[in-house]
Amino acid sequence: MVQSEEYDPYEVAKQLYPDLPQGFPYDNFDLEELILPPGDDMGIKSDDDDVRDEDVQTQSGFGSCIVIQNLPKAPEEKYEKLMGVVRTIASKLGDVRENGIFMPLDDATKTTKGFAFVEMARKEDADAALSDERFINGYQLDKNHKLTLSRFDDFDKYAKVPDEYVQPEPVAYKQPENLHSWLADKYGRDQYVIRHGDNTAVCFNDGKRSRAEVAYQREYWTESFVQWSPQGTMLATMHRQGMAVWGGPNFTRINRFGHQNVRLIDFSPNEKYILSYTSHEPATARDSFHVLINVWDVRSGKQLRKFEGPVDEYAVGSSAGPNGALKWPVFKWAGGRDDLFFARLGRGKISIYECPSMTMLGKESLKLDGVQDFEWSPVEPVLAAYSAEQGNQPARIVLIKVPEKTEMRQKNMLNVSDVKLFWHPQGTYLAVKVEAWTKTKKSTITSFQIFCVKDKDVPLEVFELKNNKERVLNFAWEPKGHRFAVVHGDGPRPNISFFSMRDDKGRLGVRELKMLESRACNAISWSPQGRIIVLAGLKNFNGQLEFFNVDEMETMATAEHFMATDVEWDPTGRYVATVVSHVQQMENGVKIWSFGGRELYSSQRDKLYQFSWRPRMPSLLPAEKEAEIAKNLKQYTKRYDEEDEQLLQQADADVLQERQRALDEWKAYCESRRNYAALQMDFKRELYGPRFAEKEYTIQKVMVEQVVDQKEEPYSTK
Amino acid sequence: MRPYLLKGHERPLTQVKYNREGDLLVSCAKNLQPCLWSAEDGRRIGTYEGHNGAIWTCDITWDSDRLITGSADQTVRIWDLPTGKELFQIRHREPCRAVKLSAGERFLAATSDAFIESPPAIHIYKFAENIEDQTATAAIEWTVPKGRVTRVFWTDCNRKLITSHDGGILRRWDVETGALLQEQQVHEDAIQDMQMSPDETHVITASLDKTARLIDVDTFEVMKTYKTGRFVQSAAISPLFDHVVMGGGQDASQVTTTAAQAGGFEARFFHKIFQEEFGRVRGHFGPINTVAFHPSGKSFTTGGEDGYVRLHHMDMDYFTTKFF
Repeated sequence: MVQSEEYDPYEVAKQLYPDLPQGFPYDNFDLEELILPPGDDMGIKSDDDDVRDEDVQTQSGFGSCIVIQNLPKAPEEKYEKLMGVVRTIASKLGDVRENGIFMPLDDATKTTKGFAFVEMARKEDADAALSDERFINGYQLDKNHKLTLSRFDDFDKYAKVPDEYVQPEPVAYKQPENLHSWLADKYGRDQYVIRHGDNTAVCFNDGKRSRAEVAYQREYWTESFVQWSPQGTMLATMHRQGMAVWGGPNFTRINRFGHQNVRLIDFSPNEKYILSYTSHEPATARDSFHVLINVWDVRSGKQLRKFEGPVDEYAVGSSAGPNGALKWPVFKWAGGRDDLFFARLGRGKISIYECPSMTMLGKESLKLDGVQDFEWSPVEPVLAAYSAEQGNQPARIVLIKVPEKTEMRQKNMLNVSDVKLFWHPQGTYLAVKVEAWTKTKKSTITSFQIFCVKDKDVPLEVFELKNNKERVLNFAWEPKGHRFAVVHGDGPRPNISFFSMRDDKGRLGVRELKMLESRACNAISWSPQGRIIVLAGLKNFNGQLEFFNVDEMETMATAEHFMATDVEWDPTGRYVATVVSHVQQMENGVKIWSFGGRELYSSQRDKLYQFSWRPRMPSLLPAEKEAEIAKNLKQYTKRYDEEDEQLLQQADADVLQERQRALDEWKAYCESRRNYAALQMDFKRELYGPRFAEKEYTIQKVMVEQVVDQKEEPYSTK
Repeated sequence: MRPYLLKGHERPLTQVKYNREGDLLVSCAKNLQPCLWSAEDGRRIGTYEGHNGAIWTCDITWDSDRLITGSADQTVRIWDLPTGKELFQIRHREPCRAVKLSAGERFLAATSDAFIESPPAIHIYKFAENIEDQTATAAIEWTVPKGRVTRVFWTDCNRKLITSHDGGILRRWDVETGALLQEQQVHEDAIQDMQMSPDETHVITASLDKTARLIDVDTFEVMKTYKTGRFVQSAAISPLFDHVVMGGGQDASQVTTTAAQAGGFEARFFHKIFQEEFGRVRGHFGPINTVAFHPSGKSFTTGGEDGYVRLHHMDMDYFTTKFF
């Protein structure tokens, strides 16, 4: 700042910030303190510098300005008349800003120049005008004049195109970083991301040594949340200008995508595409909220397609949340090794889009009357859809193969009140939970229709709980295998039942295995490897945990993580994390358990917003190889046992060493402060004199008589 | 460990304090009568009657003959400790938050909160040996920046004061001039309590940022941090072992909304040097507002929002177990 004369900081501040409430600046306020010296960022990195200009489209400026061309060239006398015509035309386009029409005159010839500028009230109005059907192919004013509309900004844009083609410089090849480096960790550890306060940290979970090791951390990395890609290759961060994806050993930025005020994102299962979503305030009061969804190519960062429309077009059936809000994700991706199809629910239809062209499959939506919900199989492009009952038409569940759009199997039902679809993670079964009204329509009966998708002709198994009127709270497939768990019961402590789809000889048929009665449990979580399930009583149940082995049908351990809000298995099924997130006022933190329910370590993190394990890509080992390893597990583990033992000893030694260091440090501190302590002691000794000498005190009983109250009353003889 | 449950207050406790020898215990609460207890068996010896507002703080003289109390009724009072007789009253215009006698007891430091137009301030009074000579005019007083002064201590042979503040700040003052010598942000939220180590080289601070910290008196350097995951209202250093104890819990206004266990109202023991927790003592059904160690380190006392004082004598295990 250049200052040549005396200035009063109060006055300067008042001029600078006239809107500030009274009382500012504060008494000891110094204006200069507020102004950062050039080049000093006070340790807060700004991301604004990296934002490419084209990422940010300004709302203000000439965005709401359009140009009407091919108007007649009228002399000055007829100016007003022509203006009247233009006004009428412009009013057809939408809300025009007051005095928003400008028609220039040619100074030399004193005639109009044949075009007029129209400033609309909002950018949205200008957008609407430009796509107006009456004008899109030109508006016939009279025989010789066909009016066309253009965006004012476009003139600028086209004017900037250079006349001569310049060959762009080829960009030098840069060896990309290994995005899978974490999978090559020496100890085979998994990572998790933890967001607390302003800090976001990616940590290695060193369960064997009962500790976590920070791999990378950064303050203010994201503005709302972070999200792993489905195979863990990338981490997405959210910003005002859009989102960015990071990866590699040092989490360098791989790409970014400009989407103003992006709210939610979704990756395709194989990480080829990323969808981003915002909803926009309506342009006019009678309009509804607008939805904008962008589809991006993750590697190139190119926008591939844009979906836009009023929210009620998107919030249909199962995609509609409470109050007509949208339930994310709107688009669901087909399973399989390639990202081939994605689809969304419409009214009476499912719109399926093809990749990479992003066009609608077969150019039209799949018509399904009254369709309410659909889910893709996790492993192949097969989708299951549920249509509600309509008049005489029964409710219908149908399995459809894509892209052929052929029906594999269907099932009709009557008196249905609600349906939920549960695909087995390996795509072998589809369980459909059906709640049907009883005859009195006062209560519902729950049944399960299970489609055995991988068997010939897709046989259907139907089964009900012993008490079919009970409330079913939860259903979960064992991720690998043929079993599933159901949480049911009307009381405060529900029961958990386990079923198998096959008997010992592999024949189909639902079989009950065991029921665990009255558990303080409101969440169940299977290990990704199956076999083990954690029954958790979160939140109101105070964080009770039960680690249950379904193979042996026995409880391995019970434990408690007080006030836990979430349970998360690591992707390998070796560890379980229980989390107390910021929804609880206190005790925020994470506890890591072995799969058998042994507490390994805990870490306190105040204001813990997010915890999520880094996913792994599916195993590349063929199934036979995996089976062989499982069979000869002893041989394989032998190799690692020794290593583990060493690690453990190392960990113990580390702890002891750390303690010794802390102890030495403390001793050194006490030594350094000995003089001061002695000085204080001497000072007191001097002040108190003989009273200072510490004496053993003796307890002496002293009776103190005290007159509490004294009153004189004449003695009455009555 | 079976504590003595002392029920002498019907309102939340604000401070408990042992005398130097450790035979007496004074408890202050938001009701009007501080209590005097036998620290050995928890018998109530008497109360001090006269205050007209919550008692925030107290201090006891070297010989246990006087008790100083500071109250929200805008007075600092001097009591005859054995008899409970009020000897003198210093009247402020603001509620008094913290009092502390200097070494040698020639001076008394008292802090006052901001009130109507007055900013918060520190007042130094002469503390007369004979009560007849006591005056109510401050020898020196100075105002401090906005916010509460929660605790005050005399350091450097009575030449300096250190104060804890509700912005998470520690400040050092020159007693003779009232000049601010040092200011250090040591916590992210209000410091609720500060207690001096027996050798007076470091203090422990308890804060609403859910940690307690061990801080060097000379440099204000944070040496140790004890993370509890819950609001810490008070913390004390054991004079016997390298242990610290802290109390706190969920915000009092939220307590009724959760189960008793959810509040986290236990007193928690941490190793002073390793910063690791090794024990908890439960009992209160509201947040613990104040903790104090007996001068011998063999017992400790907690006072809670629930109005109870719990006097714990340590079990034999505490002395024989090797915790680390």
